[in-house]
Amino acid sequence: MNLRRLVAVIAAVGALALVGPAQAETTLRVVMHSDLKIVDPIWTTAYIVRSHGYLNYDTLFSMDAKGDIKPQMVDKYEVSKDQLTYTMTLRDGLAWHDGRPVTAEDCVASIKRWAAKDSMGQKMMGFVKELSVVNAKTFKIVLNEPTGLVLGALGKPSSNVPFMMPRRVAETDPNTQISDTTGSGPFIFRKDEWKPGDKAVYVKNPNYKPRAEAPSGLAGGKVAKVDRVEWKHIPDHQTAINALLAGEVDMLESPPHDLYPVLKADANVWLFSPNPLGNQYTFRFNVLHKPFDNPKIRQAVFHAFNQEDFLKGVIGDPAYYKTCKSFFPCGSPMASTKALEGLLDSNFEKSKALLKEAGYDGTPVLLMHSTDLAVLNNLAPVAKSLLEKGGFKVDMHSMDWQTLVARRAKKDPPTAGGWNAFLTSWVAADILNPVMMGFLNASCDKAMFGWPCDRDIEGLRDAFARETNPAKQKHIAEQVQVRATQYPTHIPLGQWYGAFALRKNVEGVLEAPVTLFWNITKK
Amino acid sequence: MLPYIGRRLLATLPVMTVVAVVVFLLLRLTTGDPAAIIAGDNATSQDVAAIRSKLGLDRPIVQQFGIWIGSVLRGDLGESFFFKKQVSELIAERVEPTLALATCTLLLAVTLAVPLGVLAAWRRGTWIDRAVMGLSVLGFSVPVFVIGYVLIYLVAIQLGWLPVQGYQRLADGFAGFIQRLILPSIALAIIYVALIARITRTSVLEVLNADHVRTARAKGLGDLTVLFRHVLRNAAVPIVTVIGLGVALLIGGVVVTESVFSIPGLGRLTVDAVLARDYPTVQAVILLFSVVYVLINLVVDLSYTFLDPRIRY
Repeated sequence: MNLRRLVAVIAAVGALALVGPAQAETTLRVVMHSDLKIVDPIWTTAYIVRSHGYLNYDTLFSMDAKGDIKPQMVDKYEVSKDQLTYTMTLRDGLAWHDGRPVTAEDCVASIKRWAAKDSMGQKMMGFVKELSVVNAKTFKIVLNEPTGLVLGALGKPSSNVPFMMPRRVAETDPNTQISDTTGSGPFIFRKDEWKPGDKAVYVKNPNYKPRAEAPSGLAGGKVAKVDRVEWKHIPDHQTAINALLAGEVDMLESPPHDLYPVLKADANVWLFSPNPLGNQYTFRFNVLHKPFDNPKIRQAVFHAFNQEDFLKGVIGDPAYYKTCKSFFPCGSPMASTKALEGLLDSNFEKSKALLKEAGYDGTPVLLMHSTDLAVLNNLAPVAKSLLEKGGFKVDMHSMDWQTLVARRAKKDPPTAGGWNAFLTSWVAADILNPVMMGFLNASCDKAMFGWPCDRDIEGLRDAFARETNPAKQKHIAEQVQVRATQYPTHIPLGQWYGAFALRKNVEGVLEAPVTLFWNITKK
Repeated sequence: MLPYIGRRLLATLPVMTVVAVVVFLLLRLTTGDPAAIIAGDNATSQDVAAIRSKLGLDRPIVQQFGIWIGSVLRGDLGESFFFKKQVSELIAERVEPTLALATCTLLLAVTLAVPLGVLAAWRRGTWIDRAVMGLSVLGFSVPVFVIGYVLIYLVAIQLGWLPVQGYQRLADGFAGFIQRLILPSIALAIIYVALIARITRTSVLEVLNADHVRTARAKGLGDLTVLFRHVLRNAAVPIVTVIGLGVALLIGGVVVTESVFSIPGLGRLTVDAVLARDYPTVQAVILLFSVVYVLINLVVDLSYTFLDPRIRY
């Protein structure tokens, strides 16, 4: 190489160095709590699909950090003076991922498909006389009678969320999975890169028009600040944590509580509790069979249990749990201790006295014990111990969660493959009021597994749905709670909180009852 | 030879039929309901029933079996309950990682185990023999997942030499491909090395005491010539047999290793499908594993004729 050529090469390299590297694409690599196998958030209530929905789709309304329902795709809405007509107009510039404009027709079709599947949607549609298109951007909902449900249902934060889809997609039979994943959300699902069991990929939607307001909970401006979100499926918790520590992934959605110390010990990792309301542990009765067909025997369980034992047994660290003697999550508008004072104190003598009064004949409680989910595993053994101290006989059957899910749908007697009780956990956002709370549905055969059957509870739930005044709604919710201690459908066992584990270079994670990916930056 | 191969291939049909019936029945007898899993936690009994009907799970078992086996005979493995994809498509996506992992493991195991076994036999009773046999016992005794976690902690977390998890397709670059295969292959190969090394040692020891080896030595042939020309070839049949039989071990190991190292292969697909009660996928993958196992053992049987001229079919 002669001198002139050498100088030219050095100059070229120097120039490149001055220009600097091209702007790199930022990819947020996340290990979610589960693999994405289904992509229709209306067809299934699975939380992983709900999170997929929030990336790919948008909603008409959203719940903000204070629990208020705010417009999201809707620009403005009007409620007639008689509170029977809601007229909603969409924001300017809303477009599907294929570039076509979002229309009122799309939204009407989406609401109909969602309402066919969702219990709150069904309740709302019971009040709807007409759901019709006014013009390309406006539609109206005309009611038979006033209800406070409309905005709450359309801004429902958790499964099933009323996500908006193009009309051609929304007209799919609600019991058939959609295959066209076109949405209008801040990210676009890359179906071509989706490998179930391995990864799901979302890229920033360059044409998304976020609201001007700052993000708050699920509401406000949804600004995508990373170019790409990759959900990596790592089913083994230890491997996922190792991947985070090694910097191969940026975020774990739900590391197990017993491994928090390992994460806290690493200088490059931080923990963030995203959901201020957390989750609620619940003991569910099957009222079809002895001994829990007798409400008085179910009341005895309220005396045998205490929440602290359950929370200590599973979560351990008091920083991540709190007792909450309320059916509705503490910190939410409907929370109240009414009728629960004096209960859940493990008063075994009182429990035994009630059992004697009820004529309990020693029929064993068939308690289903889920063994494969860390957040549920220790609940049933604690329940068994407390029930036995309270005078019950207990026959605990251990099984994996999927077996439990299948078995709980069976109405057969416990001796023929049925059950008496099991324990589970609810995301607080799913149980904010008596209509949302599935376990309070006491409509007999139409109720969720456990099939409680009580006219009083159903009457109060209907009254709640009709009421539009928040103070009166709260009063009704308290009445529901009183009734649910006389005719127990389930028992709340306290609140617990999880944490995201994140690399230190990940910031902007929002507090919300659902894992959100807008506003997150990666430096 | 060809008639023998034909007969062996025909003999796989009843084996496959038995596997198909057993797998189908076992899955139906297992507790759990795919419809309830698909519907999600907040679903009502009506939702679950609607999905069960959609999947055809409300039909009699005999009818379900008839529909499935008919499809399989037409080359259609069905559609996954969960992924809304053809099972054949799912398997095709997952074959490469599993094949790569199995091949690397086999290469690593054979490359290490055969020389170690020969060395142990050649130096019988010395510290080398005892060390090889001691390590073999250790290799047998420690579960694959423990080896996996220890390797991840030492090599990936502490030293940062290799990635913790994942898989990169060969088409996306050889360096990334091989980097991600080293740790899982080592973890999976250890038990295989232990097995092959022990069998190699025993087999070589047996041949070393044979008359023809004594004759070769008496003729004044060098140690290496005796070893390679007269010992190894005659000791090969049991070694090849154990490699073939070990494929079952490999299949089981692949399931665990792919989970620990988060490799999206057939092993992980099997675990995910079993946990989700995805009947069509489990049935197809197990049938595939059975076919592979039967065919590998056929290849092993055929290889005897090349290794030992006295064997003829």
